Amino acid sequence: MTVEIRTTGVKPIRNTFEHLAKRFGDKNATRYQEIAYDIQPLVNFHYKPLWDPTRDLYDVRRTAVVMKDWYALKDPRQYYYGAYTITRAKQQDALDRQLEFVEKRELLRVLPAAARQQLVKTLVPLRHYEFGANMNNSHMAGYGFGTIYTQAAMMNCMDRLGMAQHLSRIGLLTDGNTGESLTEGKRQWMEEAAWQGVRREVEHLFVTRDWFELHVAQNLVADSLVYPLFYQHFDAAFAAQNGSALSSLTDYLMRWYDETSRWVDAIVKTAAAESPENAKLISEWTVKWRDIWVAALEPAAAAALGDKAADVLAAVVAAFNTKAGKLGLKL
Amino acid sequence: MAADGNTKPPKKLSLKENYAMLTRGLDWEPTYEKKEDIFQKIDFEGIKIHDWDKWEDPFRLTMDAYWKYQGEKERKLYAIIDAFQQGNGQFNVTDARYVQALKVFLNGIVELEYASHRGFCMLGREFPGAGPRIAAQMQSIDELRHATTQIHAISQYNKYFEGMENFPYQFDRVWYLSIPKSFFEDACTSGPFEFIVAISFAFEYVLTNLAFMPWMSGAAFNGDMSTVSFGFSAQSDEARHMTLGIEVIKFLLEQDPANVALVQKWIDKWFWRGYRLLALLATMMDYILPKRVMSWGEAWTIYYEENGGALFADLARYGIKPPKYADVTIKEKGRVSHEMWSVFYANRNALGFGIWLPSEEEMDWFSEKYPDTFDKYYRPRYEYWRQLEAEGKPFTCKVLPQLCQTCQWPCLYTEADDATEFVHRESDYKGEIFHFCSDGCKDIFDDEPEKFVHAWMPVNQIYQGNCFLPGVDPTAPDFNPMAEALKFMGLKPGVDGGLFKEHLDAKRWEQWTSRPANIHEGAYTDSVRSTETPTPRAKP
Repeated sequence: MTVEIRTTGVKPIRNTFEHLAKRFGDKNATRYQEIAYDIQPLVNFHYKPLWDPTRDLYDVRRTAVVMKDWYALKDPRQYYYGAYTITRAKQQDALDRQLEFVEKRELLRVLPAAARQQLVKTLVPLRHYEFGANMNNSHMAGYGFGTIYTQAAMMNCMDRLGMAQHLSRIGLLTDGNTGESLTEGKRQWMEEAAWQGVRREVEHLFVTRDWFELHVAQNLVADSLVYPLFYQHFDAAFAAQNGSALSSLTDYLMRWYDETSRWVDAIVKTAAAESPENAKLISEWTVKWRDIWVAALEPAAAAALGDKAADVLAAVVAAFNTKAGKLGLKL
Repeated sequence: MAADGNTKPPKKLSLKENYAMLTRGLDWEPTYEKKEDIFQKIDFEGIKIHDWDKWEDPFRLTMDAYWKYQGEKERKLYAIIDAFQQGNGQFNVTDARYVQALKVFLNGIVELEYASHRGFCMLGREFPGAGPRIAAQMQSIDELRHATTQIHAISQYNKYFEGMENFPYQFDRVWYLSIPKSFFEDACTSGPFEFIVAISFAFEYVLTNLAFMPWMSGAAFNGDMSTVSFGFSAQSDEARHMTLGIEVIKFLLEQDPANVALVQKWIDKWFWRGYRLLALLATMMDYILPKRVMSWGEAWTIYYEENGGALFADLARYGIKPPKYADVTIKEKGRVSHEMWSVFYANRNALGFGIWLPSEEEMDWFSEKYPDTFDKYYRPRYEYWRQLEAEGKPFTCKVLPQLCQTCQWPCLYTEADDATEFVHRESDYKGEIFHFCSDGCKDIFDDEPEKFVHAWMPVNQIYQGNCFLPGVDPTAPDFNPMAEALKFMGLKPGVDGGLFKEHLDAKRWEQWTSRPANIHEGAYTDSVRSTETPTPRAKP
């Protein structure tokens, strides 16, 4: 049936929810704003968590960082669930075409044995690094404060599982779906000297409980070293020898990293700009974790890049220091 | 053709093999840190797990598949929500009375989806096995989806109706919203195993159909395309979550015989907690929806007694018994919605939505659906209250209700075997008396008194003077404690609650649509053309 509504004269009585009107005025809110702001309960909690009886279920005291308004930690991508999944689905469609191209022509399988071994021992262990990052981001999303931050951490958590699976797929394209590369990657991760520093520090992150420190250590410091080191510099060195088949697949990781850095950096920048105390604390964390991660990555970089490793790592660290300076950190 | 002479073509992987390969062995046994330092929450409840690898991840979704599948669903859903908003779909629902149900939904349920998201996220960090961690994370982001899409689906209504504009603030403060809030906070503040038994099994698996089917059919019956679209889009997520619920329970029971007693205790507790929470749905189904789908009594028969009966028969081989006090829920099914609506009516000035008495025609429907109880206990009460309304002195409760320390409902229920006697139970803990609405709630308290004494009881807080906005002076001559407490809770006195026929929503609806605000009553205002009969619009 047709609907007869005398829409003339029917004006909305308000344009948005009250908590959004307080922040942005009474105008139509974006879908991002409608979920990102003020949804997490703040007061009148009912019970003491059996697993942390001295704090509330959601509690600002789970980090040493102090914010007047935790909802200042905006995601520049303005992802809400729908925008996030639709974007990732599109990116995956593009990646699928790359994967299909490499698979059909067996571009990774036809590489010389030594190149394949190099690829497997350098990239496949990183699927475990990603899985560690997945668990760490689950910690930030679970124990962080304020929906605007925690929902983005949740998406990042799932992204990291996706990256781990993407790296697994690179392994399978190399070994013809037998899974041998995954077995070898895991052996590298568990036993080879080159990877023990990285694995030790991933486990070290598992026992780091301050969620903002974890954001700094994992998402800012470790990722800013690991991603350029392997998916840019190692990839370039590998391509110089073996052509660009691999680059078509690492490109996805670098694009993801560039996009995600916008969020990671914005969080750090905003929190550091809040107060000199925050800036000092976050700078200290950054220096501490940078030094830890650079030392941990040295053997892995050496195994991946040979005698160029020291120069490459130095370049990666220099780029990181510049970026950190732009975020308002004093290193 | 590989360079080293391996000419076998790549192995073709089935979906299941592909999933297994991509996630295979991602986890590892830590050697640089102690496992108990990494997973700190896993031991204190007393559940014994010998082999985490026995946990079958029921979702088996790789992230690429998840993004595509969910992205496609989101595209379709938002296309409908956009069309709904552009076409002023909020005026296509049956009447403005239906919108009162949406307020209960937005103000009560959205925050539960959110709490569920956070709770599962913590499990996604805390379970030592990779399979269960991934499953919990997937459910966590799904629940975030539900909170998000619900807000987006209802956002349009907020622009045209009262009472939804302040939902996060109200959720932390309004006296009856502490019922859903305390429910999920109880689960989230428990250990990870209790949480997953509570939410995945007792709530999602045993009780969710009861929430889902009548609610979504109710939205469809009443022309609410926005909520229906959200609901059916969420349903495929729910199917995954229910699968997780049954996987979890079987996993725990198979891992160690000593787990059975703990799991049984949690089933008993959370079945009762979930049942009390869902009682809100009973009033929605029986009283609020203008066009009804089925009665609460019928829904309980189908979705609990029949489906639940079969489930617990299946679990008997593990030594699991049907939940304690299930028999009481069956005895109560002819009464709960009426008892609750009576309390809502009496306390209507402290509510966030408008309240009405059922019409003659509606009472006849109740007589048919509740032949053993309605005419005997409730019809006379409503007829008397209707008479008082006609005389211009409608019945109101002037004092605040006694709340149950566990479920936080007012102690409004009657004895299982005597509908004329209120249930009132007490426990003495460290010299203080605590009050309960039922034996089920008293048992839960007695098992964990130290936890439940911390409950934030809104009525008690009001009487203690903790529920006034800053700057309010209780010694001022015109001080009105009730009005001030309402303001503190984020309710607008004289706007949000009260009699529906006097409600702004009702007046505006008739002015805007020229249709009656309550299809079961005549027009409330002159805006409805006199030629129009107060019957529902033709069904689509």
